[in-house]
Amino acid sequence: MDSRDWIKDGVKAVAGGVLSVALAITNIPLFVLFVVSLVLTPVLGIGLVLLPLVTALIRFRARIARRLSATFGMPIARPYRPLPERAGLLKRYRWIVTDPATWRDFAWLLPGAVAGLVLGVLSLAVPLYGIEGILLLPLWIWLGTGEYGYGAIWPIETVGEGFLSLPQGTIILAIGLAVAPYLRNADAWFARLFLAPTRNAELRLRVSHLTTTRAENLDSQAAELRRIERDLHDGAQARLVSLGMTIGLAEELVATDPATARKLLAEAREVSSDALTELRHLVRGIHPPVLAERGLEGAVRALAMALPIPTAVGAAVPGRLDTPVESAAYFAVAEVLANATRHSFAQHAEVQLWHNDGVLTMRVSDDGLGGADPSRGTGLRGIERRLAAFDGTMSLSSPPGGPTVVTMELPCALSSPRISPSSETA
Amino acid sequence: MRVVIAEDLALLRDGLTRLLEAYDFKVVAAVDNGPSLLPALIEHRPDVAVVDVRLPPTFTDEGLQAAIAARSEVPGMPVLVLSQHVEPLYARELLSDRKGGVGYLLKDRVSHVAQFVDAVRRVAAGGTAMDPEVVSQLLARHEPPLAALTGRERDVLTLMAEGRSNGAIAAKLFVGEKAVSKHISSIFAKLDLPPSDDDHRRVLAVLAYLNA
Repeated sequence: MDSRDWIKDGVKAVAGGVLSVALAITNIPLFVLFVVSLVLTPVLGIGLVLLPLVTALIRFRARIARRLSATFGMPIARPYRPLPERAGLLKRYRWIVTDPATWRDFAWLLPGAVAGLVLGVLSLAVPLYGIEGILLLPLWIWLGTGEYGYGAIWPIETVGEGFLSLPQGTIILAIGLAVAPYLRNADAWFARLFLAPTRNAELRLRVSHLTTTRAENLDSQAAELRRIERDLHDGAQARLVSLGMTIGLAEELVATDPATARKLLAEAREVSSDALTELRHLVRGIHPPVLAERGLEGAVRALAMALPIPTAVGAAVPGRLDTPVESAAYFAVAEVLANATRHSFAQHAEVQLWHNDGVLTMRVSDDGLGGADPSRGTGLRGIERRLAAFDGTMSLSSPPGGPTVVTMELPCALSSPRISPSSETA
Repeated sequence: MRVVIAEDLALLRDGLTRLLEAYDFKVVAAVDNGPSLLPALIEHRPDVAVVDVRLPPTFTDEGLQAAIAARSEVPGMPVLVLSQHVEPLYARELLSDRKGGVGYLLKDRVSHVAQFVDAVRRVAAGGTAMDPEVVSQLLARHEPPLAALTGRERDVLTLMAEGRSNGAIAAKLFVGEKAVSKHISSIFAKLDLPPSDDDHRRVLAVLAYLNA
C-alpha cells in the first residue's frame, strides 16, 4: 500500500471516530424517549402516537450507523418489515412493536453508545497525543516552565529532552493513524451484531426483493412479447401474405401474360427482402446475433463500431456468461451508450468490462455534458430494473459539465473460456 | 469453376448448389457443419468457397472462423461469406489478412441471382464483394470527414467499398467511366487515401479509412 493511502485511510477513520462519538451521545435521549413512550402506552395511550415517532427517529439514527459502517467496508442491510398498506394508528403501532428489528435497535442503543464513545475517543485521542508531541517543543519553549512532560520524559527539563518529544510524537501519531481504521472496523462489527438482519429477517428481505424484481421482470417480458407479436403480425406476417398472393397471381399469368408475371415475380422478390429486413431488425431487438455468436465482449465491440462517436472498448472477460445474464448486460451497456450518444453531446466514449470475484463490472464513460439523472430518464430506471432481476446494481456519476460515468455490477459466473479467436483490436 | 459450399439448412444448401451449377460452377463439396468445413477446403482447394457464418455444432460463428483459418492455411483462398445479418466487425476480420478475394453478403442477396453470381465470380477472381448493408453501416458513422464529399462522390464511394470496378460503377450510375475515375481520384484526394488501380486494394483502402 502506498504510504499516502494509509495516512488518508487513517485520517478518514479518525474523522469517522469523531462522528461516531457525536452520534453515540444522541443514543441516550433516544433510549429515554423509547422507554417513556412505551410506558405511556397503557397509561394514557399517548405512546400509540409517540412510539412510532420515536421509532422513526431511532431508525434514522440506526440508518446513519449502517451508512457509517458501509463507509468502512462493512455494509449492513436494513432489517425492517415493510409498512403495511392503509395503516391506521393501531396497525402502525402493531407493525412497529411486532417487528423484532425494533427491539434489536432498542437493545443496541446503550451498548452502541458505549462502544461508539470508547472506540471514537480512542481513535481520536492517540493521534491527538501524537500531534501534541510534535508541537511540544515550541510550546515548551514558549511556556518556559519545567513542568511539562511528554511520553517517556516527565518532566522535560532541557531543550535536548524537548527535542525527543518530536520523534515520540511522530511514532504515536503514526500508530494512532494506523490503528484508527481497525477501531472503525471494530465499531462497525459491533453495530452489525445488533443492527444487521437476523438470518430470518434476511431471508424475508430476500424474498420480498425477489418478489418485486420478479414481478417487474415478468411485466417487462410480457410487454416485450406483446411488442414482438405486434411487429410480427403487422410486419413480416403481412408481407408474407402479400408475397403469397403476388406469387399466386404470377402463377396464374405465367402462360397468358409472361411479361406481367415476370414483373410480379420481381415485386415478390422485393417484398421477400423487405420481410427479411424486418425480421432482422426484430431479431436484433430480441437477441443480437453477434451477441449469440461472440458473447458480450464481441457484441460490445461490434456495438462500439456502429456508434457515431469514437468508442474505445477494453475487456477482460475470459469466458461466456449465462445467456440471460449476457443479454441483460449487453442491453444495459447498449442503453447507456445510446444515452451517451443521444443526449450528452459527447465526443468520445469508453467501455470497460471485467469479471472479478464472481462479479461482472461494466463501466461506461463519456466526455459529454453530464447532468444525467436516473429519476428523470426512464432509460436509466429501465437498466436498473433489468439488472436488479439478476441482483445487479447501477451507480451513476454525472456532474453538470461531465464527465458521465455509469458503473454497473452483475454477480455472475463465467462458463468455459471462449474458443473463438479475435485477432483484431478495437 | 470449383466451389465448396457450407450451409447447414438443407433447403438453402441445395438451392445454392442448384443455382451455382446453373451458372457453370462445379460444386465439389457441400458440407453442413463447421468441423468438416476446414478439411474440405484444404482438401479441395476450391476456386471459391461459399460459407454460412453460423454453422453447427455451436451455431455461433464457426463458418467465419473456419474461413479465416482456411485463408491462413491456404493464403488468398477466395471466400464468400453469407450471413443472415451483417456485422462490420466480421467484415474487418475477413479483410484483415489483406490477401485475395473476400466477400461478405447478406443471405437474401442470393435472390438477386445475377448479382449474386457476379459477386461469386468477382471473389473467385480475387476481388471483393462487400454487402451494401456493411458499407452503409460504416458510412453512417464518421460523418464529419465524409461531409467533404459531394452526393455523387458518396455514391461512388459506396459502390467502390462494395468492391465494384470502375466499369460497374459507371454502368450503375449511368455515367461514363471517365467521370467515375475523376470522382474516384477526387475521393482519394479528399480522404487522403493512396490511389490504386487494383479493385481489391481499393476496397481495403476505403474500409481501412472507414474503420479508422
